[in-house]
Amino acid sequence: MGYVIAFMVLPVAIIATYSFFQRGQYGGIVYSLTLDNFARALDSLYVGILGTSVALSSTVTLLALLIGFPTALAITKLQPQHQNIALVLVILPFWTNFLIRTYAWIVLLSSEGLLNQGLLGLGIISDPLALLYTPGAVVMGLLYAYLPLMVLPIYAALSRIDPSLREAAIDLGASRFTALRQVVFPLAIPGTLVGCVFVFVPSVGNFIVPELLGGGKTVMVGNLIRDQFLKARDWPFGSVLAIAMVVMLVLLFALQARITKRVLGQG
Amino acid sequence: MTGVGKLGWVLAAVCFFLYAPIAIVIVMSFNASKIPFQWTGFSTKWYSELFANASVLEGLRNSLIVGVSTMILSVVLGVLLAIGITRHSTSSAVQALALAPAIIPDLALAIGLLALFSAISFPLGLTTVILSHTIFCMAFVAAIARGRILQIDPALEEAALDLGDTPRGVFFRVTVPSLMPAIIAGALLAFTLSFDEFVITFFTNGPSTPTLPIVIYSMVRFGVTPEINALASLVLLFSVAIVLISQRSVKLSQSI
Amino acid sequence: MSRTTISLSVLVGSTLFLGACATGGGSEPLDPNADLSAQNLVVSNWAGYYPEDLATAFEEAVGSSMTITNHATNEEIMAKLTAGGDSGIDIAFVSGQFAQALANQDLIYELDKSLIPNLANLAPEADNLSYDPGNKFSVPYAWGTTGICYRSDLMAGNEPTSWMDLLRPDDMYKGKVTALATERWLMLPAQKALGYSVNTQDEGEMNEVKDLLLEAKGNLLAYDDTTFYSRLVSGEAVMTVAWDGWCNYGTIENPDIKFVVPSEGSDLWVDTMVVLKSSKNKEAAHAFINFILEPTNHAWVAENILYKVPNQAAMDAVLPGLVGDFPNMGFTAAQLLGYEGLVDLGNAAALYTRLATEITSG
Repeated sequence: MGYVIAFMVLPVAIIATYSFFQRGQYGGIVYSLTLDNFARALDSLYVGILGTSVALSSTVTLLALLIGFPTALAITKLQPQHQNIALVLVILPFWTNFLIRTYAWIVLLSSEGLLNQGLLGLGIISDPLALLYTPGAVVMGLLYAYLPLMVLPIYAALSRIDPSLREAAIDLGASRFTALRQVVFPLAIPGTLVGCVFVFVPSVGNFIVPELLGGGKTVMVGNLIRDQFLKARDWPFGSVLAIAMVVMLVLLFALQARITKRVLGQG
Repeated sequence: MTGVGKLGWVLAAVCFFLYAPIAIVIVMSFNASKIPFQWTGFSTKWYSELFANASVLEGLRNSLIVGVSTMILSVVLGVLLAIGITRHSTSSAVQALALAPAIIPDLALAIGLLALFSAISFPLGLTTVILSHTIFCMAFVAAIARGRILQIDPALEEAALDLGDTPRGVFFRVTVPSLMPAIIAGALLAFTLSFDEFVITFFTNGPSTPTLPIVIYSMVRFGVTPEINALASLVLLFSVAIVLISQRSVKLSQSI
Repeated sequence: MSRTTISLSVLVGSTLFLGACATGGGSEPLDPNADLSAQNLVVSNWAGYYPEDLATAFEEAVGSSMTITNHATNEEIMAKLTAGGDSGIDIAFVSGQFAQALANQDLIYELDKSLIPNLANLAPEADNLSYDPGNKFSVPYAWGTTGICYRSDLMAGNEPTSWMDLLRPDDMYKGKVTALATERWLMLPAQKALGYSVNTQDEGEMNEVKDLLLEAKGNLLAYDDTTFYSRLVSGEAVMTVAWDGWCNYGTIENPDIKFVVPSEGSDLWVDTMVVLKSSKNKEAAHAFINFILEPTNHAWVAENILYKVPNQAAMDAVLPGLVGDFPNMGFTAAQLLGYEGLVDLGNAAALYTRLATEITSG
């Protein structure tokens, strides 16, 4: 327990403390109190970057939901022994090296890459498309990286739903789709929300995908924080940004918990 | 059951989406051409070049050191933590805190740890990487172990105590064996997480001990080469093997 | 409020500075007869910027054991050196303006030139570099300039001659241009195109620079500090902002890849070696610098990295073979000194950082 406290509480305390100090001219920390860092974080430049990150991560989350839900539903329809295999298939890429999975998309998307060469070869396009180094490539990379995190909790929620409930609804005259919409969806909401949080959280703090697939042209809050610590060497400001990010995510968790409680309360 | 058909296609498409990029990297690793995207013939030369690449081998060595150390530390601490929070603490705040490293963004954890190490002037190196990896791996181990502890009937341990065993004896003869599936799963999970971990390592590592992901990162930044394809394929194979082994061993130990 | 914090920090800063001067200003004398074999050097250099057998060659020649660690950028190594505490590094390779910043912060050791007799091999011009005149704290390792690296075959008849050719490319080249992302060089093309100094601290000028760069961003393929030459080889890009030596890596694979310094001029960048004040192996560190300055050792950089070295004897040895293939290798020291030397920006660094964020995120 002491270990946890030492390595969880202390870093938070230090970051929190740094956020009130100033940056020295050459990147050190000047120990005089100030609120300037917080004021700076409200600058439209940084709020804008946060906005971009939220927008991109929300897009990723939405796409993951649109793909992940049917996938999870499909897995629940398989025979039990096949369900396990399908689950392993979906999760397996997630347990492989993140950098390599991102790298694979460079190979796919670059103008000399397979997708463009394939389309050129088929005569569908005459000039290579600018696929890589766009916000779209960043969304694609994040979606690829975190899709399994959406499928898993939704599957868990769906597989707990008693199939007789749905059958009962159909017996009572509901169409398949209505049964899905009115019985299955509501019960799957908690798992779905967990999936959304699981995808959104790592997306928003990611700095590798914007760097490698965004060509440095898309800056997300993760890049900003990384740069404050390793490039601009402005630890106090980096600390404020990190705190802002974590606070935002904690609020998200709280929201998710509240919605879940409300849904379960009704059910 | 027409729904299964349609949904089956969804499943196939998703699997294609998930595996096509990986498959392409593996195929390309056997490409004789130096230009990464043009196929000129089958060759294993990138693999032999890889095994002659000193920085890759050093990265591998460092990653194995970190992975094994993290695995041992996080299993011991994670199991104790799980017992602590499920048996001895009812405070949900403490429980949340203990499991937090598994949920908060790795970037936030990374800069916090960097700030901590630099505040106490602890030199960055493999030690700091191991300590940092243990933090979040331990949380995963604890989460797995906690699930298992909740399933164990406390009456078992009470019975052993009643039969005259010491608390320490009960721990090693009753608690640990019944937690074995969780311990094995947790250990393999911790090793895999640590072996592939990049962000926290990037911030908490010293300059002279790059781990494999750090080596991969600088290779990718310095351009797409067939060597990366070969390295990527091997790392993928390795990770997949561990995950499959862990799946199997958990199933085995559960059946016992 | 802000005034108090400023005065407070000045006070704190100046006491620290005075304290540091009192202890370190005199520089404890080095022992010319120190047992070098008892010293273990840690050198941090850019990856690939030195021969692979450097450590063993140095150990054989001098007797000290040596560990080489890599950094990817100036900022990365600066963060390590300024993080406080002992970084464990004895010698760092950093660009000149960063050496200047380290010297201002009193983190590097004023060199004992009596232990580096090979300094005599340096070109006379290399003793007059704006970030450290007289090479008191740093020894230049390699130098060069920044320009446009381009595909002369794909741009036949339209070869770039001005920074504006890259910042406002013809339609057919749009999306086939890369720029450097590292702050100073991110700014450079626009600074020069607008006729400003690469060291300008004027906010008005820098805002114009920002506007021009934001406009140029729309036509960029990517920001790329590391792989632009391979993008030229593959044809993904036709025109890139490039350090002269790196352009040569493309030229090796495709002779149609050429380098030009635009008519508006450019910078003189210098990569240097500095000895950290915290080093416990300063004698071996000096021996290392002296070892590098041996013409045969220093020539390695020119022959393999294709960067010019400020070492007259080394360049004389390698030039004839290289200059035919790589015209930039023939730039004379005097020619280089005609470009504007990069110096540390001091407080204006924050302005550059902010504008760089506005540009890359805009």
